[in-house]
Amino acid sequence: MHKKWLAAAAAVATVGMLAACSTPAAETGSDEPVTITYGIWAGTQTPAMQAIADAFEKENPNITVEVQELPWPQYWSTLQTGAAGGTAPDAFWMLAQQIQPYAAGNQLLDITDAVKNAGVDLADYPQAVIDLYDQGDGKLYGLPKDFDTNAVWFNKALFDAAGVDYPAADWTWEDFRETAKKLTNPEAGVWGVAAPIDYQGGYYNTIFQAGGQVISDDGKTAAIDSPEAIEGIKFWTDLQADGSSPTLQQLSDTEAETMFEQGKVAMYWSGAYWALQLYNNTELRPNVDVAPLPTGKKQATVSSGIENVGYVGTKHPDETAKFLMFASGPEAAKIQAESGAVLPAYKGTAQTWMDAMPEFKNLQVFIDAQAYSVPLPVNGNAAAWQGVQGDYLTDAWNGTTSAADAAKAYADAINKVLAEG
Amino acid sequence: MTSNVSSPVGRPRRRTGLGARTDWWALAMIAPALIGLAALYLWPFISTFIKSFMNVPVFGPGKFNGVDNYAKLLGDPGFWQALGNTALYTVLVLLGIPLAIVFAALIQQVSRGKAIYRVLFFLPVVTLPVAVGMVWRFILNGDFGLLNYVLSLVGIPGEYWVADARFTIYAFAVVGIWMGLGVNLIILGAGLQSIPTELYEASSLDGANRVQQFFSITLPLLSPSIFFVTILTTISAFQMFDLVFVMLGSVNNTALGDSKTIVYLFYDAAFVQFKQGFAATIAIVLLIIIMAVTALQFRLQKKWVVYD
Repeated sequence: MHKKWLAAAAAVATVGMLAACSTPAAETGSDEPVTITYGIWAGTQTPAMQAIADAFEKENPNITVEVQELPWPQYWSTLQTGAAGGTAPDAFWMLAQQIQPYAAGNQLLDITDAVKNAGVDLADYPQAVIDLYDQGDGKLYGLPKDFDTNAVWFNKALFDAAGVDYPAADWTWEDFRETAKKLTNPEAGVWGVAAPIDYQGGYYNTIFQAGGQVISDDGKTAAIDSPEAIEGIKFWTDLQADGSSPTLQQLSDTEAETMFEQGKVAMYWSGAYWALQLYNNTELRPNVDVAPLPTGKKQATVSSGIENVGYVGTKHPDETAKFLMFASGPEAAKIQAESGAVLPAYKGTAQTWMDAMPEFKNLQVFIDAQAYSVPLPVNGNAAAWQGVQGDYLTDAWNGTTSAADAAKAYADAINKVLAEG
Repeated sequence: MTSNVSSPVGRPRRRTGLGARTDWWALAMIAPALIGLAALYLWPFISTFIKSFMNVPVFGPGKFNGVDNYAKLLGDPGFWQALGNTALYTVLVLLGIPLAIVFAALIQQVSRGKAIYRVLFFLPVVTLPVAVGMVWRFILNGDFGLLNYVLSLVGIPGEYWVADARFTIYAFAVVGIWMGLGVNLIILGAGLQSIPTELYEASSLDGANRVQQFFSITLPLLSPSIFFVTILTTISAFQMFDLVFVMLGSVNNTALGDSKTIVYLFYDAAFVQFKQGFAATIAIVLLIIIMAVTALQFRLQKKWVVYD
């Protein structure tokens, strides 16, 4: 009798453990309460993400979405450890430059079928962003959440104080350099522009504007040491050389965006994702305006966006897929747009985003920039080769080596990473 | 049953079965701790050791590549620079120990409110290192920092303490000393209290002054505590990572390239470069270095540490 009880208990326990290990496919469609987590990095977007989670819960009363916020510096290391250890969030934000190791390592939920079955039309999203995340394996791992292009944020008060005309829409590199020089006033502690080593908001744009490329067309080698690309890098090192920007040391102590908010630099190259932060600075708000990037040999800006992706180890793949489609869908896009947090990827929501910040009259430049945008170069393990930019480019920015030599050394380093696959 | 297992054929039987049985009992009793230890310390160590000979992608299985990782690490000038930075930092932080002895002796003299002083010194220890690093980052900011403002009042031009590689290690050390002072103070304070007061009374009868007492009584009798604190400080200094990470702010910091410590290299390899095998190699090499330094300290202690 006694032994039988034990055997029965063991059997129950075994079944229970097996059930816990397998994916609960049987639960699909049932009203079992389910909780999924949504990992994001902290910033101005959090309230909008919480609102999206709430809206999703209202539509799906049996699913609870927990928004998990991580500070940006720890986001990727935590995610990596979580994915390797089986504790990553069910759904989370992904960047194009980070996706490769996750996709190659089979850590992402394949939502190809879920998206097809739900009738989601990929044409509603910018093709450029979808392409950025395409791993060439025929699988869809996520849907675009937002997209960004770059422009020049500028401080009208500093332009007025220096008696400099606001940028014209068709300004050139020459115009930009002149403007930056004229705005610089060492006595007042004001610089024309911030010129940090920034790939997405900075030197990638000028590399393309100069007719160069960061990575060659076949994606296998670096092209950052071509004469055109070097021109694009020189654009920034020249700004450092003629004192139009705070030094790299100053920009290390106080980040470029903060300098701009403090009225220390008059122009700041960056994306639409700063709009809300600048808008929320009520003191600065009336002085902020935005102009298209200046034109080099041609007009260009790099373009990217965040995608919502799922974790392959989720216990609730169906609910997670459902949430991913919702979080990148029209209703979530509307919530994002209305909050002003970021320019949603979903088609036709740009106007709502612009209307959220009525005092910023020229936000249209970010949307118009799509016409001349190029996808952010994210070949191979992009986070790895982008992560070492400082090791190779710092000397050029500080003026102790030439842009050409720095680009050459950096190209070798990139090639090494690309060769590793 | 147990006695059968522990008495294999060919071995002389124990006089009674009791001894064998006690062995098994003892093992069973410490099993939870032993298993925990094995799972949490031994296995990760073994796994790291194995990985250090492999090329391991972030996800999925790795491939053995012999001693490639070690050759690459030892041939990398960046590693030697990081080792130099780490060693310099360690030496600087060890200078905090004399400071801690002085403070411990001073607190000992205080007749009332000893606890308050101890709490004040201990506060940085229980504060989040990230928060501490952030605050110091603001204080040391080249353009708007408090330190440079104070320096400017007395006419000294400030520097970019956390953005100029000539100063960063010293900046880390100042914060490191400040953060470690509390723990050292508690240990040394306890050491001071255990010195019998009769020794001081007797020596003052013999005409010894305060300074003589300090060098002839306090220091020798405190030396076991000092040794202990030195070992702890050295090990934790070799493992320093958080201050680099927080005080240099971002990967765009121009001083970062020349300010990396060994553990920062590890972080860089594991989480930025996605090279887990190489990261494991760094961890193993660091372990060897720390073990060597600690062994050396144990040898040298015979020359200066006094045990009754």
